[in-house]
Amino acid sequence: MNCTLLDVVLFAPFVGFLAILLAPRASAKTAALGISAAIFLLSLGLVSPFFGQGHGGTYFETNIPWIDTPSIRYHIALDGLSLWLVILSTLLTPLCVLISWRYIQNRVKEYYAFLLLLEFGVIGVFVSMDLFLFYVFWEVTLVPMYFLIGIWGHDRRIYATVKFFLYTMAGSVLMLVAIIYLYTKTGTFDYTVIQGLLAQGRVTLSNAEQIPMFLAFFLAFAIKVPLWPLHTWLPDAHVEAPTAGSVMLASVMLKMGTYGIVRFCLTLFGNAAHQCADWIVALAIVGIIVGALVAMVQPNMKKLVAYSSVSHLGFVVLGTFSFTQQGLDGAVYQMLNHGVSTGALFMLVGYLYERSHSLEISSYGGVARVAPWFTTIFMVTTLASIGLPLLNNFVGEFLVLQGAALVSKTWVAFAALGVILSACYMLWMFQRAFLGEASEEVRHHITEINSRELLAIAPLVILMVWMGTLTQTFLPSISAANAHILEQSKAGVEYQVKTTAPELAHAR
Amino acid sequence: MPADFSFPSSVEYIRILPEMILVVFGTIIMLLEALSGEAPRKNTAPIALLGIALAFGSAVYAGTMPGPAFQNFLIVDGFGTFFRMLVLLVGFLAVLCSGSYLEREGADSGEYFALVLYSLTGQCLLATANELIMVFIGLEISSIATYILAGYLRDDKRNNEAAIKYFLLGSFATAFLLYGVAWIYGLTGSTNLNVIRTAVVDPTTAHAHAMVGAAAALMFAGFAFKVSAAPFQAWTPDVYQGAPAPVTAFMSAAPKAAAFAVFIRVYFTGFGGLAERWEPIVWMSALATMIIGNFAALMQANIKRMLAYSSIAHAGYVMVAVTAHSKIGTEAAMFYLAAYAFMNVGAFAIISHFGRQGERYVQVDDFAGLSEKQPATAAMFAIFLLSLIGVPLTAGFFGKFYIFRAALDANLIWLTILGLLNSAVAAYYYLRILVVMYFHEPSEATKSLTALPAGTRLTLWSATAATVVLGVFPSLLLDIARRAAQLR
Repeated sequence: MNCTLLDVVLFAPFVGFLAILLAPRASAKTAALGISAAIFLLSLGLVSPFFGQGHGGTYFETNIPWIDTPSIRYHIALDGLSLWLVILSTLLTPLCVLISWRYIQNRVKEYYAFLLLLEFGVIGVFVSMDLFLFYVFWEVTLVPMYFLIGIWGHDRRIYATVKFFLYTMAGSVLMLVAIIYLYTKTGTFDYTVIQGLLAQGRVTLSNAEQIPMFLAFFLAFAIKVPLWPLHTWLPDAHVEAPTAGSVMLASVMLKMGTYGIVRFCLTLFGNAAHQCADWIVALAIVGIIVGALVAMVQPNMKKLVAYSSVSHLGFVVLGTFSFTQQGLDGAVYQMLNHGVSTGALFMLVGYLYERSHSLEISSYGGVARVAPWFTTIFMVTTLASIGLPLLNNFVGEFLVLQGAALVSKTWVAFAALGVILSACYMLWMFQRAFLGEASEEVRHHITEINSRELLAIAPLVILMVWMGTLTQTFLPSISAANAHILEQSKAGVEYQVKTTAPELAHAR
Repeated sequence: MPADFSFPSSVEYIRILPEMILVVFGTIIMLLEALSGEAPRKNTAPIALLGIALAFGSAVYAGTMPGPAFQNFLIVDGFGTFFRMLVLLVGFLAVLCSGSYLEREGADSGEYFALVLYSLTGQCLLATANELIMVFIGLEISSIATYILAGYLRDDKRNNEAAIKYFLLGSFATAFLLYGVAWIYGLTGSTNLNVIRTAVVDPTTAHAHAMVGAAAALMFAGFAFKVSAAPFQAWTPDVYQGAPAPVTAFMSAAPKAAAFAVFIRVYFTGFGGLAERWEPIVWMSALATMIIGNFAALMQANIKRMLAYSSIAHAGYVMVAVTAHSKIGTEAAMFYLAAYAFMNVGAFAIISHFGRQGERYVQVDDFAGLSEKQPATAAMFAIFLLSLIGVPLTAGFFGKFYIFRAALDANLIWLTILGLLNSAVAAYYYLRILVVMYFHEPSEATKSLTALPAGTRLTLWSATAATVVLGVFPSLLLDIARRAAQLR
């Protein structure tokens, strides 16, 4: 049996999980750091085929039977859509180990073991090409996150973690129904095979079948994204999770939802996706605006960042359901951007919390006077999150809005409000927490960023600039994958609801 | 003696060998008990284990020569062999974790193990019965032994209550069953399932269809009681809570599996021709069972009672597979019952150790902080619970998956959706146990917990291994189930 690099990258975290469970307590965190850093370096090797001709294609495919009847295959592969999400996951795991270095003092071994198990699950989600395998990984990610929040979280952790588990579970069981139904229609769980059957017209899904199945998949993903009004688990989970939990949750796990929408909802149920697009876009725009407004009034930093996620992820959904190349590219780019900049924000808020044990904005003020380096990094991250040109979010938001504008100017007008509002809440928080006079307490508690913390945040800051300027590193492979997905999403469409041609857009 | 009577051939004796071995070993244990004088004889567990192991071996051996025995009274086929092996395995694991429990309660005597063997005898008969009288006899042998086991600690009030309740309601249900059998005999002139099958679809007797339906309904009452399906589930929580924990472990897995086996055999073989009449009833019963079990479990503080309601809910899932009424439905039911047996026996084995003398610590909150005191035990309990929830990479997930696939295959879309939503509700109460074990400070009960006795440890490790292995490689069991699921 041939073993590709992707197999290694996928299973290395699981081996690491077992290794840490067996390792002596004292060496757990060193082992976790070593293993996760090695996995990251390995995963960089995945990039190479995507810089060849045309940037497109699917690589590192492994397709072997797992269970005979019903035929479930261990089928994994990597394309431009999954590539960067996998690398984001492998990058953030060692960073999460670093930021937990001092904060996690009890049950150290289990903590790092769960972190690696989570990495195993999310990589699996991003590379599975078999719907059943996808579902398995999707559910597997729940377990480590449940424990990460429940054991190492803050005061209301139990409420938050149970809510998180039940929300996701309730959404995903309906997806399971749809997956099994697809199986009874097509006789396979293999996504590429189903896709092929649909494209060739050998299996047709009537509208009455497509819509419920699309909604079943979409509901599972929308809860994870989270799309307004299904987002209520998110602020609780974020606020109660330990810093690394928040980072993994925001940067990687939310992307599972948007990834699922792009990968499965668009291509398998193109027709239904087009038909429901208007409603979904409406929810996304409401999410963008409501998320931003709610973020503005939060006294708690983590909650503010959490609600800003609702707003940012609204852009991703908006771009996706514009069904344009630009919109989809922007959406995928925005997934990565959000992973980098919101991950960084959670880290920085976590640093503050470790120093003064408070998440209230009002208990800070004047941090800039005490910790100028820390403040600088926070400022860069804030600006990135707002969408300042030359930083990463600008590229994504611009592409999303451009794509959406091809379809409807009204959408853009409302969505752009979100960009403005994000400047309001982020800068206002920055002003209240970092500027002004430093109180006695701030002077007493707040210290400058230390080298370990700097090491954890530096890769993300570098990425913010990199992704904001050298977009050619990332965009070609993403675009190639997206072009393929758009093609597939039109294959099953019986009639064209919207086209991307500008002249038709005017006619609306 | 009828004219066509011939003495059974040796092969026919082999086909009933497991039951014979069980009875012989049960009787040996009873005799040893009698010979040992005043003091009850201790440490008879190894004899029982040997008996079960031999019976298991002979069940496998009998499975290699399938066919009817004793004038079609019994039939040894893959289906029967599967369930024989399953109940014997459950019996083995239950006996393993009973020894230390009985010793602690000061009730370590041979009768207990003899009763387990007799109960298993009845269940093995049920698995292979091809005839309604045999069904009744098997059910009675199994049930009477289980009634006594439920009240085994005779000085304990709750044990007595459980036994009396189980006995009274159980006899009532069996009476219904017997009444149904009598009707069927009156209508078709036979108690043999294959004869009944052809008789009920015979167009010349079409006028009797309503009567056959009524008879099938009477028998449904009896079977539904045994598998604790709604609306005959009310006894389950009281009995499961009151009975000694290892007995509950046994009761919730083995008799239930055997009852499902015979339920499936009678309905699929005997009443196969009337499917469109009984399917809607089983449909409703399945849904009601899942809903009652899961929603009632949400409110329980006693862990045994919670798992009792959960076992009702799980019976509901298997009823979904019965409703599907297809070969893959049967496969799914077989897989599920096996998966359920492992995770449930495991969970109750932990409870029977944790409860301490007199089962003092059986509240959910008592398990607080178990992960700090005994991480391995807590991890195994967590695996059983995740499997009961149906999280992937555990046996319980594939069980649910196969069942709901069979249901969708049979076009039971609403039952599938409602059933899976039910399993999301169920996650809540299982998570509560996980929450206290992992997220709370250790309780008094946890702090004073002693190490696991060897037998219980063996039970737990085997159950954990089975739950995880079947969760990753379900084909190992499903292939067996598939070969065995064909009913004549």
